Amino acid sequence: MIRDITIGQYYPTNSIVHRLDPRVKIMCTLFYLISLFLFKSVLGYVLCTAFLFTVIKVSKVPFKFITKGLKPIVILLMITVIFNLFLTNQGKLLVSFWVFKITDEGLRTAVYMAIRLIYLIVGSSLMTLTTTPNELTDGIERLLKPFNKIKMPVHEIAMMMSIALRFIPILLEETDKIMKAQIARGADLENGNLIQKAKNMIPILVPLFVSAFRRANDLAMAMEARCYRGGEGRTKMKPLIYQKRDYVTYAATILYIVVMVLVGRYISFRVWIF
Amino acid sequence: MSIKLEHINYIYGEGTAYRKQALKDVSLEIPQGQFVGIIGHTGSGKSTLIQHLNGLIKATDGKFYFNDEDVYAEGYSMRKLRNEVGLVFQYPEHQLFEVDVLTDVCFGPKNQGLSKEECEKRAREALEAVGFPEKYYGQSPFDLSGGQKRRVAIAGVLAMRPKVLVLDEPTAGLDPKGRDEILDQIAELHRQGDMTVVLVSHSMEDVAKYVDRLIVMNRGEKMFDGTPKEVFSHYKELEKIGLSAPQVTYVMNALKDKGFEVSTGATTIEEAVEEIMKVL
Repeated sequence: MIRDITIGQYYPTNSIVHRLDPRVKIMCTLFYLISLFLFKSVLGYVLCTAFLFTVIKVSKVPFKFITKGLKPIVILLMITVIFNLFLTNQGKLLVSFWVFKITDEGLRTAVYMAIRLIYLIVGSSLMTLTTTPNELTDGIERLLKPFNKIKMPVHEIAMMMSIALRFIPILLEETDKIMKAQIARGADLENGNLIQKAKNMIPILVPLFVSAFRRANDLAMAMEARCYRGGEGRTKMKPLIYQKRDYVTYAATILYIVVMVLVGRYISFRVWIF
Repeated sequence: MSIKLEHINYIYGEGTAYRKQALKDVSLEIPQGQFVGIIGHTGSGKSTLIQHLNGLIKATDGKFYFNDEDVYAEGYSMRKLRNEVGLVFQYPEHQLFEVDVLTDVCFGPKNQGLSKEECEKRAREALEAVGFPEKYYGQSPFDLSGGQKRRVAIAGVLAMRPKVLVLDEPTAGLDPKGRDEILDQIAELHRQGDMTVVLVSHSMEDVAKYVDRLIVMNRGEKMFDGTPKEVFSHYKELEKIGLSAPQVTYVMNALKDKGFEVSTGATTIEEAVEEIMKVL
């Protein structure tokens, strides 16, 4: 039932992308996202498509899983396309019916926006697909470390994040179990109007909250029993250390972004209306 | 009211990276009134198997007949099935939610559409059957001890008056005294009524004493199926899959190896004592 939902949706394969340092992946994803807004020409699209697909290929994540991440944004995508298509007034008129007018400029922005949005989502979901939530928080903690100087509780934030992430599957599983148990006792979770449905959730929510508090309590106890006292002076079992492959990735991404900047500044040839 | 499973296969997460076959070609027939034990290591598929019995999980492949009716046929009422087959999960006390014990036990019968008086009558019966003291009926279920919570949770399913009672490790996390009490009470329930009881456990000692029939699951497959005596005679194979026969089986076998004329079929301490006394 509920078990099918995966948050963070890590896809385990043993590719070089998976083995990269999470810091590299976070930074490179950031660079990539910025690069999407640097150009206007077709060449730019070709280059960033090539870059994206190379990374997907290397990551060995099946294409099906990547497109899965697009499902939730389909509506957003449609709205963007429709608004851009019909509300742009500049450019040459292509089609017009009733009050709607489609111009070449409108068509262009609509297509561009759609492609950019899709690439944005694909790029960032590629990061979560190849990085476990724990690695991700480790990476964020390390990257935010400089902010410690301005009294930002970086370690605490990272710890809270990893605990929260760790508890998502546990609580999902717990919900699944409780739901099944109450269904076994004849609970009806599907039928009825909105108020009835909300009422029917009580037998699930009460045990779920009780269990969440119990688990939080146990965890706090376990952490104290092992003398946890925050981040200061704490060492890691697996400290993040840059390997050769991480430097190579950084170099490749920087090269890519430089090319994109250049393309954005100097090349603007267009094919047909694009 | 027999249960009949034919060639049941179940696969978790079909089409994802986490695909796992939890059950492989399991066939099973349980006549009404039998006391069955299902034993297996963690991940052997025993919990998945019993969730089929009340339709919480639908087999990926295979047939399930309850009372000679095809459960997977279109239009079969799962509600009806769940009224007949009561399932008590592991750590059932985690599902308690009402303000007091009696109301919580009433939840099941209330969902069956019974009147308030009837619900209460059944709840009282069920609580009595599991040996829960009446003076605590008005207490919050969250204030009870572990063993008492467990009783309330089991009563919550019993109050629905199922024909088949399935219990997933009903004694997990209880102390030895609580464990024996609960198991004795379940055995007593089985003796009184014409109820089929399916008891899932990973402790041989627990089940050996009570059940008529023992099913051993290993990696999603049914490995042995027979009386406890028959199953424990395979104690060497059981060890290979991480289970062990009751300790008396080992004692009896060791005695026999030393030349004593004892039968190795004893499964409980009482039987073993009797056997040894005979030889002495």
